Amino acid sequence: MSVIAEQLSIKYGQTVAVDQVSFEAQAGQITVLLGPNGAGKTSTIEHLEGYRAASSGSSSVLGLDPIADHHKLTAQVGIMLQQGGIPTAIRPRELLQQYAGFFPDSLDPEDLLASVGLTDRSKTPYRRLSGGEQQRLSLAIALIGKPKVVFLDEPTAGVDLEGRDLIRSLLLALRQEGVCVLITTHDLAETERLADKVIIIDHGKVIAQGSPTELMSATSSDHLLFGATPNLDCAALSAAVGSQASETSHGEYRVEAPPSPALVAAVTSWLAAQNIQLTDLRAERQRLDDVFRRLTDGTQS
Amino acid sequence: MNAFRSQVRTELALSSRQGEQLLVSLGIPLLILVFFSTIDLLPTGTDKPIDFLAPGVLALAVMSTAMVSLGIGTGFERTYGVLKRLGASPLGRGRWVMAKIATVIVIEVIQWVVLISASILLGWSPPLSGWVCAIAGALLGTAAFSGLGLLMAGTLPGLATLAAANGLYLILLLTGGMIIPLSELPAPLAAVAKVFPAAPLAEIIIGSLTVGGNVASWAWVSLTCWALIAPLGAALLFRWE
Repeated sequence: MSVIAEQLSIKYGQTVAVDQVSFEAQAGQITVLLGPNGAGKTSTIEHLEGYRAASSGSSSVLGLDPIADHHKLTAQVGIMLQQGGIPTAIRPRELLQQYAGFFPDSLDPEDLLASVGLTDRSKTPYRRLSGGEQQRLSLAIALIGKPKVVFLDEPTAGVDLEGRDLIRSLLLALRQEGVCVLITTHDLAETERLADKVIIIDHGKVIAQGSPTELMSATSSDHLLFGATPNLDCAALSAAVGSQASETSHGEYRVEAPPSPALVAAVTSWLAAQNIQLTDLRAERQRLDDVFRRLTDGTQS
Repeated sequence: MNAFRSQVRTELALSSRQGEQLLVSLGIPLLILVFFSTIDLLPTGTDKPIDFLAPGVLALAVMSTAMVSLGIGTGFERTYGVLKRLGASPLGRGRWVMAKIATVIVIEVIQWVVLISASILLGWSPPLSGWVCAIAGALLGTAAFSGLGLLMAGTLPGLATLAAANGLYLILLLTGGMIIPLSELPAPLAAVAKVFPAAPLAEIIIGSLTVGGNVASWAWVSLTCWALIAPLGAALLFRWE
């Protein structure tokens, strides 16, 4: 396992930012720490990057202690801070050449400029780059040392759609190469598209974790919807399928039970017996944002 | 070694691009040198103002680069998270500090070459024997003022460092015996000035590079103390974020 956090707690004075968080992230996977702002995501990732000591619990990155063995990890770990970290007057090519010099084995700065789409902007001072270009440059220096683990704090914040596509394809390429990718975000759509594993954090605690599919099915839909001829005998239908059925609007029906294959078969055979035309049948899939809102009490998104 | 060289190259490239830093490190000393040696306004206590001003601005150059440029530059790097980000790279603190020192010394050498050339053109002829002591003083001064610059950069917000470093620079410029001899200051002010690192630095460089001059021993004692205490204070109190 590339990254392990076990019962990790981080306090700032009396404030508990991270409260007994446990999770694992493995090589060749994209693991997403998902949660609202202030949930403790940045504190967690900055602990793993070696910036913040834990007040209790333990953690390891590539089998080493992220704080005590920080100097042994720097050549194997790539990071992207949530903001800043780059001199305002520096030019992208200079920055990549600078960081390339820090690593025994690095990517070629020109190739990397091309893959983050900044070749045309290689001589533009950092402060004059757009927000998205700044984020892509920041990602580039996370990748330049051919890391085994990358920690990216809100990598797509402030990035336009095109930039997001580019960042996403870079992250998928890292996964392909067997890199362990750990990302924080509060962006649900991004998470659903990228994550192999999601850890949902709120108020410093892990409230759910698993693959997006597992999370969505764990709290799967509890009803079946269908459309048919109006004014069906709902009492008879309810009796036939063994669950409460009702007509929610003209010709739209709802059966209050998880949409199991048996329920679908029961409903369709009842309709077939009376030769009623079915116009629509939906076992509404839960979206990750439904799960997220439910778990975080829908207070934030 | 590669990481160190890479960092020095970046530091030099960024320094050369900061207009205001170039103004402080070269523009102001050059202006003082040329203006006041041509127009004898300052009470330099010599017949040829250049004999006092030339070594005086060499001391000033050390103070401006080691304290003002280094302090302000590093202060903003800290504010913008540049130091935080470097902390996660394999560069390491030791090589980072070495790169900062090397950058300061490279800039000082350039300043001295320019200022000495200009001074010689203006008729300055310092005693050759004085250079060893002058360079030793400049190195002690670099340690002292770098320590002060990094102390401010590592404890104050970027803008506060800017204000503090520039304010201290102006005060020490006027009271440090660099362009106005200490003997021209009121005695109590001169006594206080000797406690700060500017006056001993100026005393050493001017005393060494003046024909028939000598360096008072208080200057070596005071500057050596600063060269030890200021970097130690910076090392102990510097906060990276």
